[in-house]
Amino acid sequence: MTYDVAIVGAGVVGGLIARELSRFKISVALLEKCNDVAMGTTKANSAIVHGGFDAQNGTLKAELNVKGTAMMPELCKKLSVPFKNNGSLVVAFSDDEMEHVKALYERGVKNGVPGLSVIDRDELRRIEPNISDKAVGALLCESAGIVCPYELTIAAVENAVTNGVEFIRNCCVKGINRVADEYVLDTSAGEICAKFIINAAGNFSDELAKMAGDDSIKIIPRKGEYYLLDKSVGNLAVHTIFQCPNEMGKGILVTPTVDGNLLIGPTAINIDKKDDTETTPEGLAEIVEKALKSVPSVSVRNAITSFAGVRSHPETDDFIIGWSEKNDRFLNVAGIESPGLSSAPAIAIRVREILGEKLELSEKESYTDTREEPVRFRHMNDEQRAELIKKNSAYGRIVCRCETITEGEIIDAIKAPAGARDVDGVKRRTRAGMGRCQGGFCGSKVVEILARELGVPMNEITKFGGESKIIYERTK
Amino acid sequence: MLDFDLAVVGGGPAGMAAALEARENGVEKIVVLERAETLGGILEQCIHTGFGLHYFGEELSGPEYAGRFMKLLEDTDITVKTDTMVLDIASDNTVTAVNKKDGLIKINAKAVVLAMGCRERPRGALSIAGSRCSGIMTAGTAQKYVNIDGYMPGHEVVILGSGDIGLIMARRMTLEGAKVKMVCELMPYSGGLTRNIVQCLDDFGIPLKLSCTVVATHGKDRLEGVTIAKVDEKLRPIPGTEEYVPCDTLMLSVGLIPENELSKNSGLELDRITNGPKVDEYRETEHKGVFACGNVLQVHDLVDYVTEESQIAGLGAAKYIKGEKISSECVSTQGVDGVRYIVPQRINCKTDSDVKLYFRVGAVFNNAKIIVECGGKEILSKKKKKLCPGEMEYVTLKQSVINELAANSVVTVRVEA
Repeated sequence: MTYDVAIVGAGVVGGLIARELSRFKISVALLEKCNDVAMGTTKANSAIVHGGFDAQNGTLKAELNVKGTAMMPELCKKLSVPFKNNGSLVVAFSDDEMEHVKALYERGVKNGVPGLSVIDRDELRRIEPNISDKAVGALLCESAGIVCPYELTIAAVENAVTNGVEFIRNCCVKGINRVADEYVLDTSAGEICAKFIINAAGNFSDELAKMAGDDSIKIIPRKGEYYLLDKSVGNLAVHTIFQCPNEMGKGILVTPTVDGNLLIGPTAINIDKKDDTETTPEGLAEIVEKALKSVPSVSVRNAITSFAGVRSHPETDDFIIGWSEKNDRFLNVAGIESPGLSSAPAIAIRVREILGEKLELSEKESYTDTREEPVRFRHMNDEQRAELIKKNSAYGRIVCRCETITEGEIIDAIKAPAGARDVDGVKRRTRAGMGRCQGGFCGSKVVEILARELGVPMNEITKFGGESKIIYERTK
Repeated sequence: MLDFDLAVVGGGPAGMAAALEARENGVEKIVVLERAETLGGILEQCIHTGFGLHYFGEELSGPEYAGRFMKLLEDTDITVKTDTMVLDIASDNTVTAVNKKDGLIKINAKAVVLAMGCRERPRGALSIAGSRCSGIMTAGTAQKYVNIDGYMPGHEVVILGSGDIGLIMARRMTLEGAKVKMVCELMPYSGGLTRNIVQCLDDFGIPLKLSCTVVATHGKDRLEGVTIAKVDEKLRPIPGTEEYVPCDTLMLSVGLIPENELSKNSGLELDRITNGPKVDEYRETEHKGVFACGNVLQVHDLVDYVTEESQIAGLGAAKYIKGEKISSECVSTQGVDGVRYIVPQRINCKTDSDVKLYFRVGAVFNNAKIIVECGGKEILSKKKKKLCPGEMEYVTLKQSVINELAANSVVTVRVEA
């Protein structure tokens, strides 16, 4: 069969585009080279819904950030994804920086950002009690928030699949041929035909464009390292605390996460290899040093993990969204670095509008725009728990002790549309293994449940697809 | 609501011994709540021998040691609920638990024994740079894959940390045909028992690299190698000493953490050093009727000591339930000059028994003297040929000596090198 549209890349951008297109009477395939959605930039970033005052006035970044952020609360509600409107601060440590803060305020007002104000030292201390004594004031942005980017993506793709989108995993595009009005994509999952291609391939969007004869895009991979700290220190920051931005980005931030942990980072360093997500001793040291400047009580003794993500920095410094000049049915959605997560809901709308210029989009009657909330045992009270276990006893077995995750929730995550196929996939959907012990106890249980539910031996289960095997052959 | 005299949280060696001892001392309605599918706790996967030398005077495997207590439990009418997870212990000692069969259950108990054991410190807490590939696991997780599930977790292994589980797994993996390249230990001494270093490393020619750590992991999908480096006296990696070691598995044996989430949620304050609740000589915590024993209280190196401690807690709980437990003014205990902590943290001045003070030292000492003092007066001293952090020590205070101590005074234990 020939799909009307093939979206390449199931990150937050591809996922939300898939959901938006699932409203219409067209056939859509969402192609992902990894074993799961949200495996690239989406799974390792600051998880911030930015106000929109950073980008220069008149840029796509500025426009789509403000629009996307405005859409986020409603979208998260529909997809049953936690969103918290905690607000953000850009903290100044000197009078010079205070001038910078004021300039950001002016720019934000021009960009149409709601809820901006410049606050003084006393007010800052009142609303952010653990802030450094050396802070002299800040830009407060009340409209900013936090969301879990992979949860948003998982929910969006689940919703899209429920509405008829086909999700094809382990499908790496190796070549693109144009045959008349159709593309033939040569992929690791076989040949796939589509009338239109949407390039949401993140860090690899320049390479995908090249396959379609378009070499106008240049992505510079930019690595950012992070520490995730235990929930016991999640309340060290109320707002998302930025320092004054520089040419490489918004600097090191200290922020609570929507799940109640504390996140510090990222560093920003241009790298050669697009898949280099190794953390470095220098990077980790830099995070600590700079985070301490904002919140002196932060300590990595509370670290539960560290990780790195690679941002997709476009040479042009702005999002690239539009038809390729070299190939008229190939739509680029590239260079989506920060504020990409915040902008993603608006990017999906923009892409649909552009696609509508060339493909007739008439609405389905059967479209559901909501995703049912997965069972979250840890958030229930005793009565709800008792009721739930009566209905299905699998919710009566706790698999992950640290986060109180039941076997029932893990089975749900595997059986969901575009569900989990590996240990990390279960972790991202349920939080099993995300707590203090980092899967020390439940890791092997999750392997066992995955093997049972997928009908494969335990030693075929991977951490995150590919060659990431956990165990090998039987012992003697 | 189910009514019991005693609810024991955890059915490992600690929980079993506490329940049995309480029964021996006349407690009637006892329930043991165990989250795994069987009793025995971590002993079930410890198929090596070396258990029971002190307590039984013979050398048993982990399952054999646990089996003896399981057998004793079977011969009683103590209620055992396996596959049951305790979610909460309220301030009135009501225990909330779940399992597949009973659903959500509430247990009203006169006394509670906390015996949840401990967990391994994970990689995240170590800040090792590098990739998040597969093949990095705690030694205990690897032990479960090999001994319970019957799968090889890797073929070329580097072990970080010379804790006992790491040492045991070095031998286990070697016997299963894997190549264990080395055990790296951050400290200048091993954290494991001397007998394990001899029997698990020396006998197999596995090098133990002291003052050495893993600074980075490499590999995209599965681990391909690690970078190790020597560390200076402040435990910082020394630039220029890095060495790349190819391997597909990194096992971590870098410490155990008492599993006190339930204790903390119930409002118990933890000892900063042991990470366990603070207890008196019968292992009663700061909450009336709540006792703690085994690795949830302090990480032990020998299960024999876990049993001994849990019997004290079981006896304490029995005395409490029968209204016989002495609750008087206390003296507190404190480790100083090389002694990191003392369990118990307080002793009832009017106690009705001798009390063993358990402790660990912070460094290796040769030909040292342990000195116990109170109010500037020496009340006990004991010579030791060797003291090391990997081995728990104790001194025994006579009841008559304790009964003489002034209320609210401090008993200190120190090492004189």
